[in-house]
Amino acid sequence: MSEYRIVAHFDIAYRACLDADGTALGELPAWVADGELLRRMYRMMVRARTFDTKAVNLQRTGKLGTYPSCLGHEATHVGVGAAMHADDVLFTVYREVGTKFWRGVDMLDILLYWGGDERGTLYVRSPQDFPFCVPIGSQMPQAAGAALAIQIRDQRRCVVAFIGDGGTSQGAFYEAINFAGVKSLPLVCVIVNNRWAISVPVTAQTAAATLAQKAIAAGIAAVQVDGNDLIAVREVVGEAVERARSGAGPTVIEALTYRLSDHTTSDDATRYRSAGEVLAARQLEPIARTRHFLQARALWDEADEQALRAACSEEVEAAVRQYLATPKQSTDAMFDYLYAQLTPALHAQREEARRYAAPGH
Amino acid sequence: MAKMTMVEAINMAHAWEMASDPSVVVLGEDVGTNGGVFRATVGLQQRFGKARVQDTPLAEGLIAGTAIGMAAQGLKPVAEIQFMGFIYPALDQIASHMARLRNRSRGRLTCPVVLRMPHGGGIHAPEHHSESLEALLCHHPGLRVVCPSSPARAYGLLLAAIRDPDPVIFLEPVRLYRFARQEVTDDGEALAIGCCFVLREGSDLTIVTWGAMTVDSLKAAEQLAVEGVSCEVIDAGTLAPLDFDTILDSVVKTGRLLIVHEAPRTCGLGAEIAATVGEQALYDLLSPIRRVAGYDTIMPLYRLEHDYIPGVARIVDAIRATIADQL
Repeated sequence: MSEYRIVAHFDIAYRACLDADGTALGELPAWVADGELLRRMYRMMVRARTFDTKAVNLQRTGKLGTYPSCLGHEATHVGVGAAMHADDVLFTVYREVGTKFWRGVDMLDILLYWGGDERGTLYVRSPQDFPFCVPIGSQMPQAAGAALAIQIRDQRRCVVAFIGDGGTSQGAFYEAINFAGVKSLPLVCVIVNNRWAISVPVTAQTAAATLAQKAIAAGIAAVQVDGNDLIAVREVVGEAVERARSGAGPTVIEALTYRLSDHTTSDDATRYRSAGEVLAARQLEPIARTRHFLQARALWDEADEQALRAACSEEVEAAVRQYLATPKQSTDAMFDYLYAQLTPALHAQREEARRYAAPGH
Repeated sequence: MAKMTMVEAINMAHAWEMASDPSVVVLGEDVGTNGGVFRATVGLQQRFGKARVQDTPLAEGLIAGTAIGMAAQGLKPVAEIQFMGFIYPALDQIASHMARLRNRSRGRLTCPVVLRMPHGGGIHAPEHHSESLEALLCHHPGLRVVCPSSPARAYGLLLAAIRDPDPVIFLEPVRLYRFARQEVTDDGEALAIGCCFVLREGSDLTIVTWGAMTVDSLKAAEQLAVEGVSCEVIDAGTLAPLDFDTILDSVVKTGRLLIVHEAPRTCGLGAEIAATVGEQALYDLLSPIRRVAGYDTIMPLYRLEHDYIPGVARIVDAIRATIADQL
């Protein structure tokens, strides 16, 4: 009688460097000896959170449009940014404030974008990076395309693309990672598994034990990482980035974190998840953990903390003042970027829009 | 100068532009080794290599999205969608990103992509292989939609599409791929996008049409010329943005307008042309504007396709009715 035999075997590895208190779980990566880098990463996390808190408040007081908070994601966002090279290309969803900051995007840019002004996508310091991507998962084929362009030109660069846990249900995600595998593209895909896609928990998104394992079907490297562990995120993403840049192919990384905020300022997460769950997740949040780690290594003290908080608040307030003082674009801006040159029919419409331009800010 | 079919002219335009511009890259299903299911890209991979002619997995959304990412990195992708009926999975990429990238990044990132696809029916193809969906695409600001109607215009317009700094949807009428041979000079000369082509001059009635329907419209015009009715036949050539200057000049001259398209009548591009002519030239009209279009039905399987696609008889009758009408 014939028997089944195993023809393929798969594992998903998980990486963490710090425990929930910020204590090292073992030998740390060599780059952790760079204290200034660690301090810079920590400062960026606090900068992101200070900004985020203010942005939510601005929305609550009617001064900003709908805003998706990044509360709790700071280690993943900053760790990814810190693992990238300046000439790599970043594709985000819409929550990755810490990564954008690391890439040189200004607070003013992000305020302008969520404040209803396309000029918030100008990104003068990372002009190859894509703007936020609202249609879920649709950034992934574009990221694969950018990676294909890099490969065709034989450049030593890579593309890093974020997607959420909900995004991994989209066909575009599978299409892109499948293509990345076929072509061995220089693409690093970071799945930010924050457990909730608005009200849908990840258990209702998929029956798969991990999201990382979706990459196995595409034939590409996959790994899971503690997304609240700044050291582990930077290490795992850094390894993937270096592999991609050296031509060794794509990686999918699942970063496990938790969305401590509502989905956006239009959402009320108390309708679908318990206070106990959120409280438990809060114990694992990344900023306190990273601070404990730095303090234990004598890289940070209370005076540093006070100075940082004051500096971040001051920077945020200055950005908000600049944002609130920025006049809206003229109606011409609706027309002038549709094509390299305005088409004849649009000239008349641009004139009409000027005549009926709404007053105000 | 060689006589060639439209599909050969399309192939020649690819080769010219790939030879002169190293940033031009071809991608799509079966475009490499196989040279495309209609052979539009035949020989290109052998000549320009696998890096510049990329066979992709079978996923239209991926093809369109990949082209966007490549374009934003400075390449000029020319992507093939195998049939227009398969465009739907790519619409999210086309509408949400391709058409919008320049605008949403305030000109920082641009999308010089050409998305080529066979358009329309008439070749006994299977279900979903014969659709005319141009109106879906013309409705999206930020795109250009081009539809050539002869080998020479296919050559010149495809060169223009590849050189365009913005995304161009390039519709290739399947019925015309191997319909007639024409002398095409391989000189790298592009035709202007955004201009109609006056295929036949006339004084009594203007026919505006495009793609494969130009052939039937010209036949109808010829037939009526014998009866003393003089029809001007305009190939729109570019469907978005439309060249209304040429259309309005002609309608002012003839006083009558007939629009002929293969796509379903309701919300078809003919409605837009009729509305604009009504807005801008109503007092120049001698009779009501008419449309001859595909019925508002599903494109039938091929035994009925020539009952669906407007033929010469319907066009001739519509011309006669328009001439007989008085405002």
